[in-house]
Amino acid sequence: MELTDIIKAENIVSQKSKLITENVMHYCPGCTHGVVHKLLAEIIEELDIQEKTIGVSPVGCAVFAYNYLDIDWSQAAHGRAPAVATAISRLQPEKYVFTYQGDGDLASIGCAEIMHACNRGENIVVIFVNNAIYGMTGGQMSPTTLLGQVTSTTPHGRDEKLNGFPIKITELLAQLDGTCYVTRQSADTPGAIRKTKKAITKAFQNTRLAKGVSIVEIVGTCSSGWKMSPVASNEWMREHMFKKYPIGDIKDI
Amino acid sequence: MAKFRGAIVVDTESCKGCNLCVVACPTHVIELNTDVNGKGYHYSYMKNPTSCIGCANCGLVCPDSVITVYKKAIDK
Ligand SMILES: Cc1ncc(C[n+]2csc(CCOP(=O)(O)OP(=O)(O)O)c2C)c(N)n1
Ligand code: SF4
Ligand code: SF4
Repeated sequence: MELTDIIKAENIVSQKSKLITENVMHYCPGCTHGVVHKLLAEIIEELDIQEKTIGVSPVGCAVFAYNYLDIDWSQAAHGRAPAVATAISRLQPEKYVFTYQGDGDLASIGCAEIMHACNRGENIVVIFVNNAIYGMTGGQMSPTTLLGQVTSTTPHGRDEKLNGFPIKITELLAQLDGTCYVTRQSADTPGAIRKTKKAITKAFQNTRLAKGVSIVEIVGTCSSGWKMSPVASNEWMREHMFKKYPIGDIKDI
Repeated sequence: MAKFRGAIVVDTESCKGCNLCVVACPTHVIELNTDVNGKGYHYSYMKNPTSCIGCANCGLVCPDSVITVYKKAIDK
C-alpha cells in the first residue's frame, strides 16, 4: 500500500478540531496548556455546545486562550475568573460557563474567589492547570510549588520554613458543599489525555444537572519555567508532582 | 501482521519540535528532522512510514494540533 492510498480524507482518524482557530498558539513547545485547549475544543465540538459555551480566561500564560478557541470568552483580572463566571452563569443559566486558571491565578491571588464560588455552589466548570509555577512572569514559586523545587524565587529549592508548604487546593475545595465533582488528571500520555477528556466532558455535562461547581485539575508542566525539555518535564512531573498531587477523582456526588 | 496501515501529515511550519509525538509513538515512526522550519524548530516527520498503524497517539499528545492521522485497513 502506498502512502497516497492512506493519506485520503476518508481515512482521517485524528485532526485539528474545527474550534481551534488558525492563530498559532504562543505557548512554549510542549506546554500542557496547548493539550488542554485542544481537549476543550474537541469536547465542546462533540457536545455541540459551541454557541452555548462561555469561557473566562485568567491572567497567566493562558490569558490569550480566547485567541485559540472559537467560542465566546471573557477575560478576568488575576484570580477573579470565578467571580466573573458567577455573574455570567447567573445571568445566562442556559449557558455552559467555565473558568480556565493556572495555579498562581487560582491558588494564590484568586484563592478567595475560588473558595467562595465553590462555597456558593455556582453552576460553573473550573479547569485548573497546575504547573507548580508562575509560568508567564518567569517561573516564580507558586502556592503549589513542591518542597525543594527550584524556581526563580526559590533558587535553593522551596523551603517550608521560609515559603510554607505546597497547598493541595483541590482537596480543600472538595470539602466545600458547593462542589459536586472534583478530580485531578494529567495530560502527559495518550492514556492520561483520554481520561482527562472524559473528566472534562463529565464536568461540562454536570452544568445541565446544576449541582454546583465541577473542578478538573490537570497536573501539567512548564518546561520553560522548569528549565527542562518537554519530555524530561513530563518525566519529572510523574516522578515528583504525582506524589504530592495524586491522580484520580476526589469527589463525585 | 498489523491489520491497519497508518500515516501522518505534519503541518511542518506550525510544529514546535517539542518531541512529545516522538515518544508517544508506540512503533517509533516519528523523528525530529535535522532540518528546521521557518521558526527554527526541528519539525517532526515520519522517519519509518511503513511502521505507522494509525493509532493517533501522536495526534492526541500534540499540544499544537498540527498532526493529521490517517488509518486504512489492509486488504486481504
Ligand atoms: C493583579 C496582578 N498581579 C500580578 C500580576 C503578574 N502576573 C501575571 S501572570 C502571573 C502568574 C501566573 O501564574 P499561573 O496562574 O500559575 O499561570 P501560568 O502562567 O503558569 O500558566 C502573575 C503573578 C498581574 N498580571 N496582575
Ligand atoms: S512559560 Fe510555561 S506555562 Fe507559559 S507557555 Fe511556556 S511552558 Fe507554558
Ligand atoms: S507533538 Fe506536535 S508540535 Fe510537538 S514535535 Fe510533534 S508535531 Fe511538533
